[in-house]
Amino acid sequence: MLDADFFRRWMTATAASVDREAERLTALDSPIGDADHGSNLQRGFHAVTAVLEKEAPATPGAVLILAGRQLISTVGGASGPLYGTLLRRTGKALGDDAEVSEGQFAEAFRAGVDAVMALGGAAPGDKTMIDALVPAVDALGDGFGAARAAAEEGALATTPLQARKGRASYLGERSIGHQDPGATSSSLLVAALAEANGE
Amino acid sequence: MRMLINVPETVVADALRGLAAAHPELTVDVENRVIVRRDAPVAGKVGLVSGGGSGHEPLHGGFVGPGMLSAACPGEVFTSPVPDQMVRAAAAVDSGAGVLFIVKNYTGDVLNFDMAAELAEDEGIQVAKVLVNDDVAVTDSLYTAGRRGTGATLFVEKIAGAAADEGQPLERVESIARQVNENSRSFGVALSACTTYAKGSPTFDLPDGELELGIGIHGEPGRERRAMMTSREIADFAVNAILDDMSPRNPVLLLVNGMGATPLLELYGFNAEVQRALDERGVAVARTLVGNYVTSLDMAGASVTLCQIDEETLRLWDAPVKTAGLRWGM
Repeated sequence: MLDADFFRRWMTATAASVDREAERLTALDSPIGDADHGSNLQRGFHAVTAVLEKEAPATPGAVLILAGRQLISTVGGASGPLYGTLLRRTGKALGDDAEVSEGQFAEAFRAGVDAVMALGGAAPGDKTMIDALVPAVDALGDGFGAARAAAEEGALATTPLQARKGRASYLGERSIGHQDPGATSSSLLVAALAEANGE
Repeated sequence: MRMLINVPETVVADALRGLAAAHPELTVDVENRVIVRRDAPVAGKVGLVSGGGSGHEPLHGGFVGPGMLSAACPGEVFTSPVPDQMVRAAAAVDSGAGVLFIVKNYTGDVLNFDMAAELAEDEGIQVAKVLVNDDVAVTDSLYTAGRRGTGATLFVEKIAGAAADEGQPLERVESIARQVNENSRSFGVALSACTTYAKGSPTFDLPDGELELGIGIHGEPGRERRAMMTSREIADFAVNAILDDMSPRNPVLLLVNGMGATPLLELYGFNAEVQRALDERGVAVARTLVGNYVTSLDMAGASVTLCQIDEETLRLWDAPVKTAGLRWGM
């Protein structure tokens, strides 16, 4: 079973991973975006770990709702509302339980990813974070390690795609040949799940 | 690249402190990043709120004041501000007559302003939104996030601002803003990439002797790259791109806008070529504005924006305005 502490560890592990990979995320955002994805997410996840420490929410749902709100209030750009919505809607779907099963989480995370697709209008294959998140959700039934592998594979598979959403879409065919920074940061978020679980 | 900054993390806050010091007629909340007209809320007047990533100065903070915006929300460099800022701005300027959000069409700006509109309505503020999407370089809107908001933002903010200052109701101010956007088209070129503080090096690699056609205002590369062209050739290319998309029957407002690092000497020369190209195509120019208004940090290059006008919009354009970035008649 997964408790509030697990979800706090998830957020802390994501913040550490975004710190380590910030330069790479910004570098990926440079040829097809505006070279700030790493620093924007760093600002957001630092604020998330700070607020979780301060308010110490007691349930898994409350941890993710607070984390999502904090991202919306601190990140800006498209990433703020999209990642904020992902965590907030996942948290809402978890309800008030003090502990949740991996199966419950998988279902809630799917609701979160669906909400991101509804908000941003992206579908799989548009070269966005969805290309890492949807494979991860589909693999969650086989555990966090499987989800991590699926997300990483999904992020890598964005390289040959032409972007149809977000700022990279303005480049048309010139967006082909670059890995999507949003899919890459999404794969970090999913990998941090396995890390929080000691995998 | 040498930059006149302290550290990248405080660039936006430092600029806001400086704006406050230079312009006592503005209320600048540095911590919450909101710039408001000192006399807001003005009784009976619709509030005009815009915002977007920093790095486009004087847009939007430099356009706050009588005759233009009521408030602006600056985000991080090239990053949309957050909903909290927009709700705070709306609350500060709402006199009960409602608030119009002027939003440039970028995914981040649209999502954050949408969230803010919902939150502001929860607080009892009547909110309308207008999207600015004037950039003809984005051709295939089915497969992109749609046309970007660029130079026309200045026209929308000025003309809707004048209408709001006259006391016109929210519905009317909104429809004027929408009409100005629908009648506006832009096209931009870059002669160099810009350098963001987060990255510290140019956002894309543009070799000497080449230029990018169809750029946006966020340091993103453009639609295509070509061997360097003369001012005359660039003017023809930009004017043709715009007139392929719009056939003005009325006179136009013309904005010849610098991207940040192109000297005014070059911009005025470019303006001469743009006016010649427009004249050859039979387009009459009613008013011209030349300068750095909707910029992209230290990018070299320029954009051309045309706005087809009628008598009423020309009257609103000519109305007095007093902001840090644009002032006449008062």
